Amino acid sequence: MIGVLIKKGAEASIYLGEWCGRKVIFKKRLPKKYRLPELDRAIQIQRTKHEPQLIHKAKEAGVPTPIIYMVDLEEATIVMEYIEGKRIKDILNDLTSEERIKISRQIGKLIGRLHKSGIIHGDLTTSNMILTPEGKIALIDFGLSEQSVDLESRGVDLHLVKRALASAHYKYVNECFNAIIEGYEEEMGSDLTRDVLNRVAEIEKRGRYVAER
Amino acid sequence: MYEGLCLGIESTADDFGVGIVSFDGEILANVNDVYIPERGGIHPREASRHHANVAGKVIAEAFKRAGVKPKEISIIAFSQGPGLGPCLRVGATVARALASYLNKPLVGVNHCLAHIEIGRMINRVRDPVTLYVSGGNTIVSAFEAGRYRVFGETLDIAIGNCLDVFAREAGLRSEPGKPLGAVIEELASRGRRLVPLPYTVKGMDLSFSGLLTAAVNLLREGKYPLEDLCFSLQEIAFSMLTEVTERALAHTEKREVLLTGGVAANKRLQEMLRVMAEEHDARFSVVPKEYATDNGVMIAWAGILCYKYGLTTSIERSFVKLKWRLDDVEVPWFEG
Repeated sequence: MIGVLIKKGAEASIYLGEWCGRKVIFKKRLPKKYRLPELDRAIQIQRTKHEPQLIHKAKEAGVPTPIIYMVDLEEATIVMEYIEGKRIKDILNDLTSEERIKISRQIGKLIGRLHKSGIIHGDLTTSNMILTPEGKIALIDFGLSEQSVDLESRGVDLHLVKRALASAHYKYVNECFNAIIEGYEEEMGSDLTRDVLNRVAEIEKRGRYVAER
Repeated sequence: MYEGLCLGIESTADDFGVGIVSFDGEILANVNDVYIPERGGIHPREASRHHANVAGKVIAEAFKRAGVKPKEISIIAFSQGPGLGPCLRVGATVARALASYLNKPLVGVNHCLAHIEIGRMINRVRDPVTLYVSGGNTIVSAFEAGRYRVFGETLDIAIGNCLDVFAREAGLRSEPGKPLGAVIEELASRGRRLVPLPYTVKGMDLSFSGLLTAAVNLLREGKYPLEDLCFSLQEIAFSMLTEVTERALAHTEKREVLLTGGVAANKRLQEMLRVMAEEHDARFSVVPKEYATDNGVMIAWAGILCYKYGLTTSIERSFVKLKWRLDDVEVPWFEG
């Protein structure tokens, strides 16, 4: 037993436990019975290997992420630091408008730093952002991350942010997204930000059914 | 005898369908006439000509099977979008004509919403994560705060489109009662080897265009048997769909998974979703084929739900909406 199951996600099970005297998270990718075993194994290994590499790269970019202690490919498990704090998903709707904007701007800065360093998070939902007791925001779950400096990948990443806001925080989509873009612009500069936003608009229009096309 | 009856007209793509449903959900008629192109995909103009040609016949047949007279109908519902413009316009024109002639209220219905609502009604599902997969749509949705929110969708082509184009590239032909997807499914069942193809999930969204291009390229190289290519295409595409549905299920913490749309008939896709749902202790159900593919019954039933909440459509506002999004529609009747 590696610890207490605290979340059974779609991609992996997250256990809270102890490792060499430290409070840690075990992220174990479970085999998906619905997938062909060979396909499943290939996806599992690729993602288990890849995730710590990008978490490390994110740190170099100045984005708080969990410390990686151990990677076990055989078990498709990553042992990493447990970050104390609250999920942005759980608190965002209950904040004052001022706090919400401040936090969103900070999130935007972190995304900007990632993108500037050629990292695409790939799953920027508010469940994957933790507000620590010190008031810092840490990004977690780099399971779908990739390295890219393409406008397209950056656009899709920001498009996902907007989509996530629209589903879980639909009352504050514009307020939050605008603040995120302000933070993003501080890191990326106005020219790149404009290009990425144009691409986001293009991606939205590419959707099968949109009002304007 | 009936509290009320609704006649629903479906004409978003290649099907022209008419359904007659009572206000308490009894299905009295479900008549459909499908346009089969001589070659290639659906040509919107040709499909709309087909619809205009068969409309009278299909409506007459629906009345005959239901055993009711036109004047007994209480409301007329039609698929107002999303879909192919010329096809939608035929359905809308017929609906307007009927509503004016019979002097009955008209209800414009969102096609995607109708798919979900008929599934909930027929399969007795309350509050599902729905995977709607067809030639034109690939949508993962669930109810939240007054609407069916879209949790994931394709960023480019629909899964059904991906399979159909691949099938046509391979020179496969559909037959009446056996669409291209079924032909692929049959070939795939004889495939054994997994050929490497791109697996593209972006958060909760999907992309099939790269997968299609890669599969077509391998097909042209001729190195692999067609059975293995069909097998691999299905395995990769359906794994992607199941993964995204699973993400939505984990995110929303719902207890039910509903599969609908034309591609829902695929047994391998059903199997994958069933296995996934079981792992999450969620109930899985597939909408029966006659109500999963495009049909008039679903439009009639969604029309009844709208009508009961006063959501009728005036003739002036009955223009078709080609890009009408599912999450643009309020769902006041939802009780979960």
